[in-house]
Amino acid sequence: MGDKVLMKGNEALAEAAIRAGCRHFFGYPITPQTEVSAYMAKKMPKIGGTFLQAESEVSAINMVYGAGGAGVRVMTSSSSPGISLKQEGISYIAGADVPCVVVNIVRGGPGLGGIQPAQSDYFQATKGGGHGDYHLVVLAPSSIQEMVDLTSDAFDIGDKYRCPVMIMGDGMLGQMMEPVEFKDTDVSDLPEKEWATSGTGMKRKKNIINSLFIEASELEDLVLERQKRYDEIAKNEVRYEAVDVEDADIILVAYGTTARIAKTAMAKAKEKGYKVGIIRPITLWPFPFEAFEKALSKNTKKTFLAVEMSMGQMVEDVRLAVNGRANVEFFGRTGGVVPTPKEILEKIEEIGGAK
Amino acid sequence: MTFETIFAGFGGQGILFAGKVVAYAGMIQGKNVSHLPSYGPEMRGGTANCSVIVSDEDVASPIITEPTALVVMNGPSLDKFENAVVKGGKIFIDSTLISRECKRDDVDVYTIPATQMAVDMGIAKLANMIILGKLVKETEMFTWDELKTAITKLVPASKAAMLETNIKALEAGYNY
Repeated sequence: MGDKVLMKGNEALAEAAIRAGCRHFFGYPITPQTEVSAYMAKKMPKIGGTFLQAESEVSAINMVYGAGGAGVRVMTSSSSPGISLKQEGISYIAGADVPCVVVNIVRGGPGLGGIQPAQSDYFQATKGGGHGDYHLVVLAPSSIQEMVDLTSDAFDIGDKYRCPVMIMGDGMLGQMMEPVEFKDTDVSDLPEKEWATSGTGMKRKKNIINSLFIEASELEDLVLERQKRYDEIAKNEVRYEAVDVEDADIILVAYGTTARIAKTAMAKAKEKGYKVGIIRPITLWPFPFEAFEKALSKNTKKTFLAVEMSMGQMVEDVRLAVNGRANVEFFGRTGGVVPTPKEILEKIEEIGGAK
Repeated sequence: MTFETIFAGFGGQGILFAGKVVAYAGMIQGKNVSHLPSYGPEMRGGTANCSVIVSDEDVASPIITEPTALVVMNGPSLDKFENAVVKGGKIFIDSTLISRECKRDDVDVYTIPATQMAVDMGIAKLANMIILGKLVKETEMFTWDELKTAITKLVPASKAAMLETNIKALEAGYNY
C-alpha cells in the first residue's frame, strides 16, 4: 500500500490503468475526460508505452481493436458523443472476443449535448450501443478510489472473459479530486493469451482475429459460446453496495455520482424519521438483481426510488428486478443538471407522506 | 466537524489551487476531503469556482449547497454565492476587487485587500494564498503549522523559491 495522494478522477484513472499493465492508449480529446489523454501523453513515453492521439474516435477504437487482438492491455477513453462514434468498433471487438477497456466520462446528451455531468448513456452502455448479440461489462464507480480499484478489475475481467469492459463515470467524477491510494498490483505475470495474434514464432498455427462469419450455424455457435461467458460474468462479477435495505420503507437506487448525492438525502431523511435504505449498483451490466431479491425477501411493502441524471434509464432495470412486487418511482435531472440532496429529500417526503 | 468551503473568482486567480491546498491539508491530517472544480466555458475568462469539503465523516455528495465558508475574489462571485452561505457561516472578501459590502447580516464577514497586499509585497499572483491564510486563521480549519506543512509538501522541492513566497503570502493573510 502506498501513501494517499490527492488526484483528479481522470488522472487517477489513467494512473490506475498504467499500474494495471496498460501500455497502449489510443484516444481523442473531449471534455470532460481530456485529462485521461493528457496524463497518458505525459506518462506513456517515459515507461515505454504507446500514447497515440488518433485522428478521430473511430480510428482510436479500431487501434484498440488491433492492439487488443495482439494481446496487450489497451484502453481508450472518451465522453458521450465520442463513445457514440466508437460503437461500431466496440461491436466488432465484442464480436472478435478481444479484451479492452473503454472509459466513458458521461456528459449531457443527445447530440453534442453539453459538457456537464450526466448518466444518460445508461441504455447505450448496458443495452447494446453497437449492433449484435453482445454485452459490455459496465463498471460504475462513485468515488475516485473506487474508480482506481475498478480500473484494475476492468482489465482483469476483460482478459478473463475475453470481452470489452466499460468504466462509466461522469463529468463530476472525472473532474473532482479526492485522496486515493494505489494498491501494489503485480502485473508481471499475467496469464498468457494463446489466442492473440502476437506472432507464431513458427511454433504454432496462426491465430485469426475476426468478427465475420458467413455461415449462420458457425456464427450461432460462437454467439452461444460467448453467451456462456456472459452467464459466468453474471454469476461471478456482480458488484453492488446495499445499505439499510432490510428495514427500509423507501429504498433509493442510484449509481455513480448520483449515489453520493442520494446518500446525503438519505441521511437527512433519516433525521426526519423516514426509514430509507440504498442500493448502489456498481456493475450496471450485469445488473445486481440479487440486491433486490434480498431487499424484497422479508416483505414487499417498499417503494424503490430510482435517482438518475437522466430521464429514467436505469429505472427500467429496477422495474425488471422488482417485477411488479413493489412500487417503483423515479426522480431525475438531465442535460448536465445535477440533482440536489434537497430535491431527492422532497421526493422521499412525497412518497413517505408527512412525518 | 465538517468544513464546506466554496472558493470563487476569475479564472487565473488561483482559485482552484487555493482549494487544492485546503483539500491537501485536510488529507494529510487524515480527514476525508473532496475538491470539486467548475469546468468548461466559465473557466475561460469567466468565473472559476471550486467546492472543498474537509470532514471527519465520509464525504457523501461533493456538491456544496450551503457552504460554511465562502472565499470570493470578484464581484460576480459574491453576487452568485453570498445567499447560499449557511447562517452563522463566514464570508471572506477580497476588498481590492470587490467594492460593495456583503448584504448578509447573519454571517461573519471578513474583508481583506488581498490583491493590493500581494501587489505591495511584489507577489501579485499570490492574492489567493493571502486570502487563504485569512480563511484558515478565522475558521481554525488547520493550525498554522498544518497549513505550512501542506504547502511545503504541495510545492515541488525543485521550486524552493516559489514555496518561500507562498508561505510569505499565507503568513500575511494569516496575521492580517
